[in-house]
Amino acid sequence: MMTSLGPYASFIVTSYAAAALVVAILIGWVVLDHRSQTRRLRELDRSGITRRSGRSATDTPRTITRTIT
Amino acid sequence: MTLIDLANPTRFLALTARVLPWLAAATVALLAIGLYQSAVAPDDYQQGATVKIMFIHVPNAWLSMFVWGVMSIASLGTLVWRHPLADVAAKAAAPIGAAFTFLALLTGSLWGRPMWGTYWEWDARLTSVLILFLMYLGLMALWRAVDDPARAARAAAVLTLVGAINLPIIKFSVDWWNTLHQPASVMRMGGPALDRSFLIPLLVMAIAFTLLFVTLHLAAMRNEILRRRVRSLQMIQASRIAFSSELGAGPREGSASKGAGTA
Repeated sequence: MMTSLGPYASFIVTSYAAAALVVAILIGWVVLDHRSQTRRLRELDRSGITRRSGRSATDTPRTITRTIT
Repeated sequence: MTLIDLANPTRFLALTARVLPWLAAATVALLAIGLYQSAVAPDDYQQGATVKIMFIHVPNAWLSMFVWGVMSIASLGTLVWRHPLADVAAKAAAPIGAAFTFLALLTGSLWGRPMWGTYWEWDARLTSVLILFLMYLGLMALWRAVDDPARAARAAAVLTLVGAINLPIIKFSVDWWNTLHQPASVMRMGGPALDRSFLIPLLVMAIAFTLLFVTLHLAAMRNEILRRRVRSLQMIQASRIAFSSELGAGPREGSASKGAGTA
């Protein structure tokens, strides 16, 4: 594969590797941030802090869907 | 479901829960197809195999401007229509746009070294895209610097709309100035100048990266809504603690002042 990329293979491979790394960082940031916010909401829920609507702070989108439909 | 319905964050969360898995699957599938087509694409008669870098450079360069365009529309939503999710959309898009702009600069630089003989040249296109990247970073810093999301949103919206002036400068920089960067070869009058063997992988990768942006943006918006929910609940918690400590401290303060009066 590397030989078919010619004399500039290192530039091509570095470009694709950098793109893969940046995309992986973006995905990781989104996933970890979601976990962090969900965990903080759960902690608040456990300490008895609820939303004005009366819903649990840890309402998952699935339970919300069930509530509004 | 209309745009007005989506003004309700709870409805928006329900929508993201439904569409995110499908969007993620479509993104992975299109990226796989695009990467395969990029791998089997022939070498260019001038660029050789380095033309493969274009299949990631060009989509990222397009998206760097597209994301700022999305943020500009969201900023109008904040300032004009006061849509509750407009500033959430703008804030969530900024890091993703910055990442795409960084990739456009990096891959362009890696293509430039073998083709132009230099990693960087202070020409109009490269410099205006670098300014766009710095504006993304500035906007992210502004969001972090102001505690109140509503105040930060207005300041960021104004900055975003002012920064949108850079978009036509980037687009037409290759026509207005004598630059090392080549002029447009896909989005131009008279149709694309590219051969189908390059154009198809390029368009597939462009759609794949656009889908990636939509997926990440919706997920980041969902996170931002949850973050604001956490913030408001923490404020309720803090006010309850302050109220209960005030109740507890009340009689003591009274007796202290009585003591001071008698002394």
